[in-house]
Amino acid sequence: MSDLLLPPEHRYAEEIKKRQNEDGSELSILNLGPTHPATHGIFQNILLMDGERILDGEGTVGYIHRAFEKIAENRPFYQITPLTDRMNYCSAPINNMGWWMTLEKALNIEVPKRVQYLRVIIMELARIADHIICNSVLGVDTGALTGFLYVFQYREKIYEIYEEICGARLTTNMGRIGGFEREWSPAAFKKINDFLEEFPAIWTEFENLLSRNRIFMDRTIDVGPISAEKAISYGFTGPNLRAAGVDYDIRVMQPYSSYEDFEFDIPVGKSGDTYDRFCVRNAEVWESLSIIKQALAKMPEGPFHANVPDYYLPPKEDVYTNMEALIYHFKIVMGEVPVPVTEVYHPVEGGNGELGFYLITDGSRTPYRLHFRRPCFIYYQAFNDMVKGQMLSDAIATLSSLNVIAGELDA
Amino acid sequence: MALETTVIQNKLSDKFGDKVTGFTQVHDIFTFEVDSASMAEVMGFLKEDAVLRFNFLTDLCGIHYPDSEKDRQFAVVYHMHNWYDNVRIRFKCFLNGDNPEIETATNHFLSANWQERETYDFYGIIFKGHPQLKRILNMDEMTSFPMRKEFPLEDGGRTDKDDRFFGRTPDNC
Repeated sequence: MSDLLLPPEHRYAEEIKKRQNEDGSELSILNLGPTHPATHGIFQNILLMDGERILDGEGTVGYIHRAFEKIAENRPFYQITPLTDRMNYCSAPINNMGWWMTLEKALNIEVPKRVQYLRVIIMELARIADHIICNSVLGVDTGALTGFLYVFQYREKIYEIYEEICGARLTTNMGRIGGFEREWSPAAFKKINDFLEEFPAIWTEFENLLSRNRIFMDRTIDVGPISAEKAISYGFTGPNLRAAGVDYDIRVMQPYSSYEDFEFDIPVGKSGDTYDRFCVRNAEVWESLSIIKQALAKMPEGPFHANVPDYYLPPKEDVYTNMEALIYHFKIVMGEVPVPVTEVYHPVEGGNGELGFYLITDGSRTPYRLHFRRPCFIYYQAFNDMVKGQMLSDAIATLSSLNVIAGELDA
Repeated sequence: MALETTVIQNKLSDKFGDKVTGFTQVHDIFTFEVDSASMAEVMGFLKEDAVLRFNFLTDLCGIHYPDSEKDRQFAVVYHMHNWYDNVRIRFKCFLNGDNPEIETATNHFLSANWQERETYDFYGIIFKGHPQLKRILNMDEMTSFPMRKEFPLEDGGRTDKDDRFFGRTPDNC
């Protein structure tokens, strides 16, 4: 049996025996985790250390594996949406919208322009919320708690917008096949406008706090770098890939939900280190704000859902008073709807990379197979490669800047 | 779009003959089947060829078809993406139900490492030549492969969930 199949401490023990430093010091094994001090989720890394320098490491993942793919094979479509919320819970609406778009592609449903614009707004708000968390927590991990507390109240404002639209905050379960569950209220639009007015000043201040801060720069520049070539081979997507200098963004490569109607830039970094990842996310927040403004300005008139009574739940008033509507409501929720035999792959630009849904249907009420392409599961495997030779404290900053969300990693 | 699907089909058919079959367009993705013994070769060709240039392995996952004939009971699905011409393809390799084995893709893409471990973990598909083929999301002591269709969603041996209290009997669950 190969050594790699054993727990890493076995082969590290061999290394320690083999090597003794000149000054008499020894290598040591450090068990980092299973709980990470800054609670990005539950990761464990067993590291072989020379003093404070990392020589090698191996990660253990799966602590919050909840068998989403297996559950999804036993659930009708509407009952799968809450599972998607719980993957990248920092930007749940992107997951929800990606899932609806996957279904609409499979069922050949055309969605009204207004719905597409509303979806763009909610997805960009979710992206901002995601980046707020990632960048401010990177500040915390390098010793700056103030910025985190300062911008977090704006994540709260975004959650209030979600609440106004769908009633939920963190795990949103937002939308329906073909559109939204209800028309967005004037209060929701007011909250979005207020956010657009107040947030830029706050974000500028947050950027000023960190981006030219000597301590922050020393802690992040050249920390956990990755080359573009290696990042592509490791399956990097999203801001982490763009920080390495590759301008790959699904919103441009394969526009969905009318992203082609908007003008925006794709910020890219150069060295792929922690500082570049931070800067790319900062810049993306500004682009997201601009996209939301454009979408609000160009918002077309029209219905808030497609006319697909086979899949779209009937209005609640009718369900309570009308037999037909009640039957339809029941049938749709239980998955007794016409489903073609097909397979689709639909990618969306999630908060941390290409989030893909690979759906195979066999005509029954549940998917035959549903696979989630979870971006951080794929790029987290590069982590040990990236921190080799770095200091322990750099590993923490690198992990933080990769925006690995345990819920998505473990599915 | 610079790279037409007919070009992909012709290049593959010329090079690999009947090892590559079943070309169809499913929604927006060009799909085909690859003989499982030639998988690594075909993937290398798709990646390295000067015209095809499928430089990115987007996704890799397994599927279980317990009702199919013996030689087609498992499938491994690869999604690849050509970033230069922005073209996606999907190909499937069908494997034997008793002895699902296929070559590893880790020699071409580092990202295949964990994805193949995940596929092994859930389907028991062996990736020959994989540097570290062990379980990843489930615990190491587990003996079954939970994404196979015969594996029940709920553990039948659970004692903390008494069916009587949930209104369920063996007949109506």
